[in-house]
Amino acid sequence: MNLDFSDDQKLLKEEAKKFLTKEDALKINRAVMDSDKTYDHELWNKIVGLGWTGIRIPEEYQGLGLSHLELCVIAEELGRQVAPVPFSSSVYLFTETMIEFGSEEQKNSILPKLVTGDVIGTLAIAETNSAPSKDNISVALKDGKLSGTKIAVPDAEVATHAVVVAKNGDNVSLCVVDLNSDDVDITEQRNIDESRGYYSVSFNGANAEIIGDEESGWSNLEKIMDHAAVLFSFEQIGGAQASLDMANKYAKERYAFGRPIGSFQSMKHKLADMYVALTLAKSNSFYGAWALSSNAAELPTAAATARVSATKAFQLCSQENIQTHGGNGFTWEYDCHMFYKRSKVLSLNLGSLPSWREKLIKSLEQANTKL
Amino acid sequence: MDFNDTPQEAEFRAKCRAWLEANAELKTKKTNSAKNMNIGNKSLLEAAAEWQKKKYDAGWAMIHWPKEFGGIGATPIERIIWAQEESKFNVPKGVYEIGLGMAGPVMMEYATDEQKERYLPPMAEGKEIWCQLFSEPSAGSDVAGLRSKAVQDGENWIVNGQKVWTSGAHFSDFGILVVRHDPGLEKHKGLTFFFVDMKSPGIEVKPIKQLTGGSSFNEVYFNDVVIPDSQRLGEIGDGWKVAITTLMNERLAVGDADGVDANEAFELAKKHDKDGEQLIDNNAVRESIADWYCEASGLKNTKLRTMSALSRGDTPGPEASITKIVSANKLQAIGNFGMDSSDMSGMLMDEKSDFIKFQMAWMGAAGLRIAGGTDEILKNIIAERVLGLPQEARADKGLAFKDIPSGS
Repeated sequence: MNLDFSDDQKLLKEEAKKFLTKEDALKINRAVMDSDKTYDHELWNKIVGLGWTGIRIPEEYQGLGLSHLELCVIAEELGRQVAPVPFSSSVYLFTETMIEFGSEEQKNSILPKLVTGDVIGTLAIAETNSAPSKDNISVALKDGKLSGTKIAVPDAEVATHAVVVAKNGDNVSLCVVDLNSDDVDITEQRNIDESRGYYSVSFNGANAEIIGDEESGWSNLEKIMDHAAVLFSFEQIGGAQASLDMANKYAKERYAFGRPIGSFQSMKHKLADMYVALTLAKSNSFYGAWALSSNAAELPTAAATARVSATKAFQLCSQENIQTHGGNGFTWEYDCHMFYKRSKVLSLNLGSLPSWREKLIKSLEQANTKL
Repeated sequence: MDFNDTPQEAEFRAKCRAWLEANAELKTKKTNSAKNMNIGNKSLLEAAAEWQKKKYDAGWAMIHWPKEFGGIGATPIERIIWAQEESKFNVPKGVYEIGLGMAGPVMMEYATDEQKERYLPPMAEGKEIWCQLFSEPSAGSDVAGLRSKAVQDGENWIVNGQKVWTSGAHFSDFGILVVRHDPGLEKHKGLTFFFVDMKSPGIEVKPIKQLTGGSSFNEVYFNDVVIPDSQRLGEIGDGWKVAITTLMNERLAVGDADGVDANEAFELAKKHDKDGEQLIDNNAVRESIADWYCEASGLKNTKLRTMSALSRGDTPGPEASITKIVSANKLQAIGNFGMDSSDMSGMLMDEKSDFIKFQMAWMGAAGLRIAGGTDEILKNIIAERVLGLPQEARADKGLAFKDIPSGS
């Protein structure tokens, strides 16, 4: 029985934590929020320099050739410190798609550049205010040219490439587009988290190359979403833990009515509820990590379970952290809002909590999985 | 990551399994229903005694105990493996757990060598049943506020008072008991711990009828009961320290609530119709079941993380402390859901129908949220022991017990 990370993986996690603490990622995040920027270039370059973008990329493409488990521990630390970098878009979404479905030629041309940072990727799915489905995709691929508009595309400005979900005749296909092309227009869209960038991306006959089987675009996308769900869940439990730690520290230091507020049962119970939600999420994320790293048949159920629990935990912990801080929690000056906002974009970026509950039930119906 | 036993664990599991297969029947779908302990059910007592003796003779009764008391000195992970395997077999439960789980460790730590030799083997063998006499009518969550009185009289103590919520008192041979020897001292300092022969003159046991209609617990009255000082466990005034060892065991060990879970809710929702639509197609139902599934899965995986630590020989983290809060509340919610699914007829009980399990869950969960530490006390424990938050300001601090406001 070993539902835990190895000593080497724990060491990597510790190093990631030290690095991000030394860089003061939280302070960098605040600086990004206070500026027009949507990510921090210098921190991103250092992360590339550490090899983190190539963790899962095989050695033959100059990556580190490690497993999803190493990626999970890095994700948890990035989440803990709300690092303002396009890591989730480029690594969990774009790179995973390349590794899973890229042709040999595509892998050869793109994977080494993801390692060096010359390519940064993202994934473009949404087009309307409704949850995306294979029936409401209208961005169209025809004769290798892409046209139409995607919205809420994360990190599109810094990204050099995007995987785009496109209607291709009667099929939905995934295709890769060079975002620097003249036939692509990128416009920033205002969003709730000032440390993250979301964009509308219009394709005006831009060259696009199909990735993976052209008939299986939607099911391939679902597979990538399962991968990303587990990796996002680790960012979420990292953020939830940080929120709980902040609330805990404040509850011990802040006095009201002549005693620390953490001595009031209402506060204790609030923090205990946060701990319970986080513990459930962490255990489910560990299980998701196992399913992902071993490519288990249980992955769709395990990923949705991790995702639902982790989304609930981060949302609860970040919102109750503000509540614990009282008026201070509502200020720009205190860090609470960074976690609150990040918890919501991390949730929506992959589809809402109700959407993932629905995926979970569907996976149970299909797999007839029992606990 | 993997879910495999180490080679040693696998070997141990095979040994457990082989013995169990030779001596008990595997559970089938039909027999796999949790049965409550039935008061006065002689046959359950006899069956439990027989099974306990069988285990004892083969060395499986208390495997983590040292050899001289009938154990094999098993490691914590071996204990879990044994419990996992035993739970797959249809064997009687609910008679010995309190004695072996609560009284056993206290006797092991505080009794004299002669007493251990006298009492531990028959406890393990199932010849003598033990109960725990802590809670009182005015001392539940604040159990240190208990009032049963012990007055020293030469070599003996004379005990008067009332205990409550004592599981199995009516068939127990001995009990562990905490009483107040000096109400002039502060609340926690005036307590002393004993073990007592339940056949002593002056002890009267009365069953409590629960809201379920069943009776698993008792009130126990003490009228001038004589307890020899040699049966004191720990020093005079150390009663709280001795009690807290067992309380922590209980509060953290009262684990998973048995009964209907997300799977049963899922199956039920597939069976029931509303306006020609299956309940499982209702969005609110799907969302609730998804959340229950996540909680159930979270508890299961939390347990696996704890086991992983034990398997490595490490001390597990505090993660298992969430178990009872989550599972008892989930059980209550699923019980509610089950009855709601039948709408206007959801209250009708039918012994022969499988549906009754939702009604029993709903009723039982109301008790589980209290037994062995209320939700509120368990959250205090998480807040104080896991998160390190300061204790609640107390109105009884520094006061002699007799001066503490009691509302009566």
